[in-house]
Amino acid sequence: MQGLTALVLILAVAPPAFAQMPALPPGLGGQPELPPGLRVPPELPPGLGGQPELPVGLDGRDASGQAAIEAEEPSALFTGFFDLRYGARTQDNSLMPRDILGEARLHLEAGFGTTIQTRLAFDVVGDAVASDHSVELHAGAGAFDLREANISFSPFQSMDVKVGRQILTWGTGDLLFINDLFPKDYESFVIGRDIEYLKSPSDAVKLSFFSDYANLDLIYTPQFDADRYINGERVSFFSPIAGGQVGGGAIPVDLPDDSFSDDELAVRLYRTIRGFELAAYFYDGFWKSPVGYDTGRALYTFPQLKVVGGSLRGPVGPGILNLELGHYYSAEDPMGSEHNIPNSQTRWLIGYEMEVARETTLGLQYYQEIQDDQTTYLAALPTGMTARPETRDVLTARLTRSFLDQRLMANLFIADSPSDKDGYVRADLSYNISDALRLNVGINHFYGDSEQTFYGQFQDDSNAYFGLQFGF
Amino acid sequence: MKQIVTTLFVLLFATQLQAQSAQDIMNRASAAIYYSGADVRGDVSMTIVDGQGRKRSRSLVLLRRNEGAANADQQMYIYFTRPSDVNRTAFLVWKNTRGADDRWMYLPALDQVRRIAASDERTSFVGSHFFYEDVSGRLPKEDRHDLVETNGTYHVMRSRPRKPGKVEFASYVTYIERTSMIPTRMEFYKADGTLYRVMEVLAVNTIQGVPTVTQIRMTDNDMGGNTTLRYRNVRYGNGFGSDLFSERSLRAPPMEYLR
Repeated sequence: MQGLTALVLILAVAPPAFAQMPALPPGLGGQPELPPGLRVPPELPPGLGGQPELPVGLDGRDASGQAAIEAEEPSALFTGFFDLRYGARTQDNSLMPRDILGEARLHLEAGFGTTIQTRLAFDVVGDAVASDHSVELHAGAGAFDLREANISFSPFQSMDVKVGRQILTWGTGDLLFINDLFPKDYESFVIGRDIEYLKSPSDAVKLSFFSDYANLDLIYTPQFDADRYINGERVSFFSPIAGGQVGGGAIPVDLPDDSFSDDELAVRLYRTIRGFELAAYFYDGFWKSPVGYDTGRALYTFPQLKVVGGSLRGPVGPGILNLELGHYYSAEDPMGSEHNIPNSQTRWLIGYEMEVARETTLGLQYYQEIQDDQTTYLAALPTGMTARPETRDVLTARLTRSFLDQRLMANLFIADSPSDKDGYVRADLSYNISDALRLNVGINHFYGDSEQTFYGQFQDDSNAYFGLQFGF
Repeated sequence: MKQIVTTLFVLLFATQLQAQSAQDIMNRASAAIYYSGADVRGDVSMTIVDGQGRKRSRSLVLLRRNEGAANADQQMYIYFTRPSDVNRTAFLVWKNTRGADDRWMYLPALDQVRRIAASDERTSFVGSHFFYEDVSGRLPKEDRHDLVETNGTYHVMRSRPRKPGKVEFASYVTYIERTSMIPTRMEFYKADGTLYRVMEVLAVNTIQGVPTVTQIRMTDNDMGGNTTLRYRNVRYGNGFGSDLFSERSLRAPPMEYLR
């Protein structure tokens, strides 16, 4: 009985006594440490505190507040930006002028519709460096560049269709592409245009199918869309055919451009399992840049190419791991004996990205290209021509850090090839002066022991650029 | 002797009970602010004022879906409309209560789906004073909670992190309005007792019977300045399926829910 009394007593007294009521820190008692404007104890926000509540729309205060927000955001038909950009070579290039980039660009884009969505995006460019200003819609040259013109809709709940000019990307690499065989604009990238110009558009039909087991993308491009490759017009490069640096004018090419016969098919089958993204890829088309050469016609060519690959991406430890593999089947050189056509090869990469400090991310990649038939290739190579190495590898590091509440972004990308003894450094600073105004400065620096290697050939095109972009 | 044992047992039990009810209050507060409705959509305008009084703004649409009960897994889709340089940029977050969140970002100009390492939840969300974690909701189980006081209006809670090395605060105090269970104010303190970060709910509207935070501000003296979020066109019960929160929506935004 005595015990029971004690128990009741303790039950009644114990909680407050043993809850260890924490001492409130200074600042909670109304002491002057609190920042001005902060109320202690807090006042109830409107809508709480036992006042009778009004449904939305009848609550005068909130209704007027909402009207004010809506008034701030009139929906414009077009959004976009105006971009001024200049870039200059940092070393002498005997073939090319000092200026590598000098342009004023107006970008406009608009989207309409809900069930059937239409998108339009285009650029009007005043280019002081280009010698030829004639508009070529397919190649994207000249004063008018149509970036997007497409419609998309869902004919079935589990299917999306997108038809028309569109930007396409997949795969897991960072500036290293294995299974992404959609057109890229390497020239824009190398001369210091905004990173969003790394991708050039495709004129394609994209069918996407979704299910619980896997998703499937089928992309058909009736007329081959080549990269906007480095052609010697604005950036010089090494040509094993010419046996030296080529620049000062575009190289002659034989572009496969017969609709429905010179076509491309890209397929991706993918699904996510417990946060891991798995994908399988297939591509049937052409090498995206003119890596072949037709001696008889003296034309650079885009040989046929088939690629089969796969990728994996997901969280491992504190970061994101990615793996990608692809086999490039160079259909016009099945034995590897044609030295003017790339050998078949295996390409793979592994990457890891993590946050290493506050607002700081580090990404590392290792990439390898292995020729299938190096022995045959070497045997068939005419004497005097420099042989491609059997294996080319690249290590990349990307360090990004943001400062000043993410107004200032610093981005450093280094690609170094131990096999080619060359490399590439891109350093970019982007400062948002306001929501609308952004300033960019950066460098593209190429180095190498030889002027004949992948990055080394662009040594004399190393440049520094700046850009000012006004968004609206 | 028997009495002492009984007393000790009762004391332990009572403390446990106390801790449990504190945890329960925080669970309910978390449910009220982060889990209301089975799913929700809302237009959000974000106004960021930095330490020097300069203003930036962001407009976005937020879609959220609860996987199951409150304080369980969630999925979020965030679609930016303004300013123009982030227009059509989208975020996808799978909030995992048993591990790190999965996060993706879609860059429309490149049609690129990027995976984002979610190691530090307490970094600024798009340059605002809100952290990723403030947007997705810090899990109540990550902290130990004590009930400081219950008065006519509030439960006043004091919370300390279970893993102090992973966060920048030493403790925080939450004022939970008792009727709605909405945490209307949170104060974050450093180890030396300095108050440096305050979250204030500025407006609550009852939408489809659910008390809903429609205006909220975060002030951060470390960063300087504050960010205010205003919600409008909030709608519960949209019937979102989990398939909405996938790569498909990143590449092809579900406009029927975004406009």
